[in-house]
Amino acid sequence: MPASDAFSGAPRVALLVTCLVDMMRPSVAFAAAKLLENAGCAVEVPEQTCCGQPNYNSGDRAGAQALARQMISAMEGYDNVVVPSGSCAATVIKDYPQILADDPEWAGRARALADRTHEIVSFLTDVLGIEAVEARFPARATYHDSCSGLRSLGIKDQPRRLLASVEGLELAEMADAEVCCGFGGMFCVKYPDISNKMVGNKTGNIDGTGADLLLAGDLGCLMNMGGKLSREGRLVKARHVVEVLAGDTATPAIGET
Amino acid sequence: MSALRPTTPRFKQNVREALANENIQAAMRNYGSGFVNKRAAARAAMAEFDDIRDAARDLKNHTLANLDLYLARYEAEVLEAGGHVHWAETAEDARRIVLEICRDAGATTVNKGKTMISEECGINDWLEENGIRPVETDLGEYIIQLRGETPSHIIAPAVHVTVPEVDELFREKHAHLDAGRRLDHASMLSEARAVLREKYFQAEVGITGANMLIAETGQSVIVTNEGNGDLSQSLPKVHIVMASLEKVVPTLEDAATVLRVLARSATGQEMSVYTTFSAGPKRDTDPDGPEEYHVVLLDNGRTNMLGTEFQEMLRCIRCGACMNHCPVYQAVGGHAYGWVYPGPMGAVLTPSLIGVETGGQLPNASTFCGRCEAVCPMRIPLPKMMRHWREREFEKRLTPSAARWGLAFWRALAARPGLYRMATRMGAFGLRLMAMGKGRLAKLPMGGGWTDHRDFPAPQGGTFQSRWKAMGGRRR
Repeated sequence: MPASDAFSGAPRVALLVTCLVDMMRPSVAFAAAKLLENAGCAVEVPEQTCCGQPNYNSGDRAGAQALARQMISAMEGYDNVVVPSGSCAATVIKDYPQILADDPEWAGRARALADRTHEIVSFLTDVLGIEAVEARFPARATYHDSCSGLRSLGIKDQPRRLLASVEGLELAEMADAEVCCGFGGMFCVKYPDISNKMVGNKTGNIDGTGADLLLAGDLGCLMNMGGKLSREGRLVKARHVVEVLAGDTATPAIGET
Repeated sequence: MSALRPTTPRFKQNVREALANENIQAAMRNYGSGFVNKRAAARAAMAEFDDIRDAARDLKNHTLANLDLYLARYEAEVLEAGGHVHWAETAEDARRIVLEICRDAGATTVNKGKTMISEECGINDWLEENGIRPVETDLGEYIIQLRGETPSHIIAPAVHVTVPEVDELFREKHAHLDAGRRLDHASMLSEARAVLREKYFQAEVGITGANMLIAETGQSVIVTNEGNGDLSQSLPKVHIVMASLEKVVPTLEDAATVLRVLARSATGQEMSVYTTFSAGPKRDTDPDGPEEYHVVLLDNGRTNMLGTEFQEMLRCIRCGACMNHCPVYQAVGGHAYGWVYPGPMGAVLTPSLIGVETGGQLPNASTFCGRCEAVCPMRIPLPKMMRHWREREFEKRLTPSAARWGLAFWRALAARPGLYRMATRMGAFGLRLMAMGKGRLAKLPMGGGWTDHRDFPAPQGGTFQSRWKAMGGRRR
């Protein structure tokens, strides 16, 4: 299989959509595709399901291995695989090589895929060297650092640098931006009381900035924080960061109509 | 709660009680990010901090790989100095050994410096049951002893107590003092100090913990900020060191390496106020010191961790940085964890020491946010080890059956892309119907864990994959 588009030379990029974006908020994947195309990539969407993170984090290693093999098969043969989620990206990049380390047939394939996989904002900035986007969105925004993206993949300045280039957007830092919002996948329903306390702390910090827009790079965290913001009657709207970077803000914010 | 009666199996109930307890919540708000900011400042002030973490990790890995060798050398050095070493395989063995030493010394009062190993062995209750009065001399430990509690944090044992509660406690327990006195932070400290000062001279035995045991020299090391450890161990005629066996490091130089990351990670101090090395009983030429020096070396399940995926946990130096940075710990405090060790290190250690059947809740109660691993001076991969516990539980079928069925269902669905596409389309459609034109659902059947506390954002409609396909595999 050719490494890049035979005619244009554009890198062939597979979009790993993630389950949540696929089912809950397709606009995130469309925005990601737009950003990638604007950056000169040829975007493809291989048939895919789940990366297996829910199984891996719940102790079902065999289930995680099966889904990892399936995802690796689906995503092989592209120059890059790009994910609009730090958490799912970290599963492929950091966890797959460990999950399949003892499998002689798959260990090498897992490492090869990990090497080519990137979270979307990190891909745009760290790999493609993009420092600005052409987008306009007048708002006072605050950015939450989702845990896996921040601590597993080192995503911190990249989204802020790109957001600084969005016309009309003002960025206000919240207190404890790096502290977990309490989503944690199954955690939020297994331990709802602790999760509620954590997300309540978070929405208080969000509100403290006077921002009218909450941005982050992971839809799970955004649904958690957005759902709490609306339950508390706060007026802050939540969006995935790529929607703003792509200028795709015609769709209602998370939980809005 | 005591070490012998863990409440960890009712963790969820403990959590609800802690969240509803206004004093705990006020104390935890006060605790907030004080230690976090101090550690960050200490790290920023030392360029080689992360390199020393690597060195500390490596020296401890080396020690654990040669634990028998270093423990044998340590024991030989202690014996050479005229001390005694007692090997305690279990907490029960340690209790028996400590009681025998106390009885031989004719002790009626035992002074204690701060030691988590004595908590793990339930020493205070045990001594009291046997007619010996234990007196905690660390201020925080003293406060919780007066309250009849156990520590809620490994280095700040009374972090769950508010100042007004201490005020009330001291007025009740120090009834001999003027009832009209004013108490603030400083006067509480000097009051406790004055009360404790008298007791130092009454005890026949002093018990301390050990932050490290040095194989090369046979010394034990404690770090404290109040100096209480020094008085506890040097005034009585018998000094007992209670330590777990993984505390050993090869050389004095290695101890210095660990000390450089310990206080910085714990409180943000460059060093704690007192760092005390004990090297056996008083020698003929010494002006003072204990006549007898005993080391009780506790295993209590630790050697079973060697050679397993939990071995790295034995690098832990008990700085408390993981719990200081843990949003779960900050939300509920340490007592909710239900045994001796709270926070992320407790979530890994508790099932290791008292069994996953009893301690299994703890490694599940984590979002895997990774902040603990990011700050651990010994670079212990805490989330990875919590995941290992979840895997053990899954293998042993201890995972709740609803979760097992859910995971099996999800795996089966995700392994069938055609079925998955159909199910996700239907799911998105159904949720949109239920939202009845609103952007969110205030209630979800079976989803109370989510919707009791927050709204559930409704799907936009159609899955991305189906829409992309319908558009011919391109964006527009």
